[in-house]
Amino acid sequence: MAVSLDLLLSAVVAGILLGGFYAAVTVGVSISFGMLDIVNIAHPAFIILGSYIAYIVNTRFGIDPILVSLIVAPAFYALGAAVYQIYHLAFERRGDESLRGLAFFFGLLFITEVALILMFGVDYRFVDATYVGTTLHYGPIDLPLRMLVPFVCSIALLIGLQLFLSRTFIGRAIMAVSQDRLALQLMSADPTRIKRIAFGLSIATAGVAGAFLIIIQPVEPSVGRDYIGRVFAICVMGGLGSFPGMLTAAMLLGIVESVTATFYGPSWSPAVAFGFLLLTLAFRPSGIMGR
Amino acid sequence: MRTATFWIVALLVGAVVFGLSLLVKNQYYFFAGYVVLQYVVLATAWNILGGYTGYVNFGTGAFFALGAYSTVVFYKLLPLPVPVLILIGGVVSGVIGLGMGYLTLRLRGAFFSIATLAMAVVLQTLITNWEYVGGSRGAYIIRPQKAPILGDYIEYLFLVMLVLAVVAVGIARTIERSRLGYGFAAIRDDELAAEAAGVPTLRLKLVATTLSGALMGMAGAPLPYYVTYLDPGSGFNFAYAVNSIAMPLIGGMTSWIGPIIGAVFLGTIQQLVTVTISSALNLLVVGVLLVAFVIIAPNGILGLAQSWLGPRRR
Amino acid sequence: MADMLLEVEGLGKHFGGFTALEGIGLAVRAGERVGLIGPNGSGKSTLVNCLCGTLRNDSGRVQFDGRAMDGLSAHERTRLGMARSFQLPRPFGSLSVAENIRIPLLYTVNARAGTHLTPAALDARCHELLQLVGLAEKAHRRPRDLTQVEMRKIELARAMAAEPKLLIADEAMAGLSHSEIDDILALLFKLNERGITVILIEHIMRAVMKFSTRLVVLVAGRKIADGDPQAVMRNPEVERAYLGE
Repeated sequence: MAVSLDLLLSAVVAGILLGGFYAAVTVGVSISFGMLDIVNIAHPAFIILGSYIAYIVNTRFGIDPILVSLIVAPAFYALGAAVYQIYHLAFERRGDESLRGLAFFFGLLFITEVALILMFGVDYRFVDATYVGTTLHYGPIDLPLRMLVPFVCSIALLIGLQLFLSRTFIGRAIMAVSQDRLALQLMSADPTRIKRIAFGLSIATAGVAGAFLIIIQPVEPSVGRDYIGRVFAICVMGGLGSFPGMLTAAMLLGIVESVTATFYGPSWSPAVAFGFLLLTLAFRPSGIMGR
Repeated sequence: MRTATFWIVALLVGAVVFGLSLLVKNQYYFFAGYVVLQYVVLATAWNILGGYTGYVNFGTGAFFALGAYSTVVFYKLLPLPVPVLILIGGVVSGVIGLGMGYLTLRLRGAFFSIATLAMAVVLQTLITNWEYVGGSRGAYIIRPQKAPILGDYIEYLFLVMLVLAVVAVGIARTIERSRLGYGFAAIRDDELAAEAAGVPTLRLKLVATTLSGALMGMAGAPLPYYVTYLDPGSGFNFAYAVNSIAMPLIGGMTSWIGPIIGAVFLGTIQQLVTVTISSALNLLVVGVLLVAFVIIAPNGILGLAQSWLGPRRR
Repeated sequence: MADMLLEVEGLGKHFGGFTALEGIGLAVRAGERVGLIGPNGSGKSTLVNCLCGTLRNDSGRVQFDGRAMDGLSAHERTRLGMARSFQLPRPFGSLSVAENIRIPLLYTVNARAGTHLTPAALDARCHELLQLVGLAEKAHRRPRDLTQVEMRKIELARAMAAEPKLLIADEAMAGLSHSEIDDILALLFKLNERGITVILIEHIMRAVMKFSTRLVVLVAGRKIADGDPQAVMRNPEVERAYLGE
């Protein structure tokens, strides 16, 4: 009995660490979908892109992956702004978002995956960081640094974003545009510019989350697809636009996935996320801590 | 064109395609032709839910693979003729479509689409873990020596797929002109207004999802006999999802002709690229064309043709 | 109470912490012309949405033609005889004007027991409705080719095509010119003469006063007046709501 309790405890702890990471993965969608109402299903593609860039620079120059992601974050921001601009001109303005917007992002998701396969093949890639092999032990609890470091950085990212959104003018403008476009125009801020900034920010977080990902697990191009279900499940479950709710939902998902993986095997993880998504959509579409 | 004319033309075209294939006597032609016809069915099926009703399904691979895997199950249980397997594949995938729809169609279209994507991943996981159908190692199917008609099994499968393609297109066209088609169009254009006008939107959406899923399952049912080896990776191949969206979009989503144009156009390009350059690059071409068309020519080739030829005569 | 077409009791609706409607009671007799007015944000459109089933009311009940409407979806209510036009016209953009009218004929009229129209009769009815609103020549055009007032007429024509017992016209006249308003008003009078009960939601006071046999005033989600139009307009509370506090 004591053995499996220990196992359960490690699974839960691992789940919490995983959940923190899931929150970092999802925060970008919380912005693009929760605040801007843009269904960016290509978000995981940008994450994987971030993973591969971190991998390349890390393998060539030995720089820590998270550092790499911070350095290239501005590039991801610019990429996000460019993608939004295309989206806005081609779809938002015409009022055509639903079907065509979805097809657009799906196309981006697919192109990214195929391009990565062409460039890197389907082998798993992983990074070498100083802390990847180390594990801290506290009694029955194991804290592998490869999970702890991304967890800590994820929390930092979330806190940073929360502060940005609530304390800075642009951040508050982003919150405003999600609620009332007209009011924003009357404040003489350009909604399109604000949305572009927000979307750029969301893609920048994806790039950083990509570095976290490749520290936690080896990555290959199709890994992104597993995350679509997770990301939107967390978003909906946590309530669109609520960070604390999202973090709670992410940890919940992380724990359930981790426990399932420990006792039934890791191949069932995607099913867990999907189950969560379905349950939430069926019973509480506004989320646990809805708006 | 009038309904009687359509069916005569369809049968003629079918006869010509088949006649040519008998004349050419090239195995490659049968293989390539089978793939294109399969895509005609998939694209048409997708378009019933996508182009007509406005709901985007990203999980074509899952519906298709379920049809293929139900054939594998019956191959191991008791041998059945291919037309029966097609019906079974249709029922299985239709039921899954109904279930998915029932769970998600009360909500925004975006959630339905996300759910289809997630569902595809889950179903693939389930099949990969199911030892009875071979799990991740896959299953081997041995083609019967003789086919019920024609003798050569590949030619027989080609004929079966041709018939299925004609049936699928016929169904799409019949819907387009019917009360159901008008209901779908109203849902696509403005679901709230459609509800207010008396259209039972949820019921119609469920019909579309079930029918679309069923046709995809039917397209998948003969696959194991065609390829003789089926594993989850190839059955659930993402290429099916992308192609079944790209083909109607590029061909034109508002009419039954669009998916055919898209399937032939895109299918041919893919065959050319695969044969001349590489098969991974051909997927890139599809993705790029999808994005390009959705931005520049959202009404597809059909839309472009119609704007060049002048105002609509509908 | 047998001739009360619409009975609303204690209707309430809130969105999160915001109460859009509270304790709304209304009784409409068949054949009446009811005007519903109130400042912006007073809940008029929310009320329409709750009556028609587009939104679910949180409390209270709606009874139409002797039947409880609880749990019925919008399309079911339309089939039972309650039709509405939308404040901002919501045409079916990919269909022609005639086809826009066809949808309610196919799905409402044909769905009712005993009133199945043959294709020829359907076409005739489409044409008749288009002529009624004066848009017969534009039958094959797309909604995007129409002017504002023409789109409003299509909205109304589409609601009429459902052969309703009750028509709720939600701000059908906003932004229209004097003569255009008279056009729409004449149309609504004609419908009422045919036996259709009309609830007119409007800001344009001269139209409301001309049209209504009864006036209901909504302010901040509550009904503050209900009765003879002239009397209601002299009500001090109503004056205050319109001339400001």
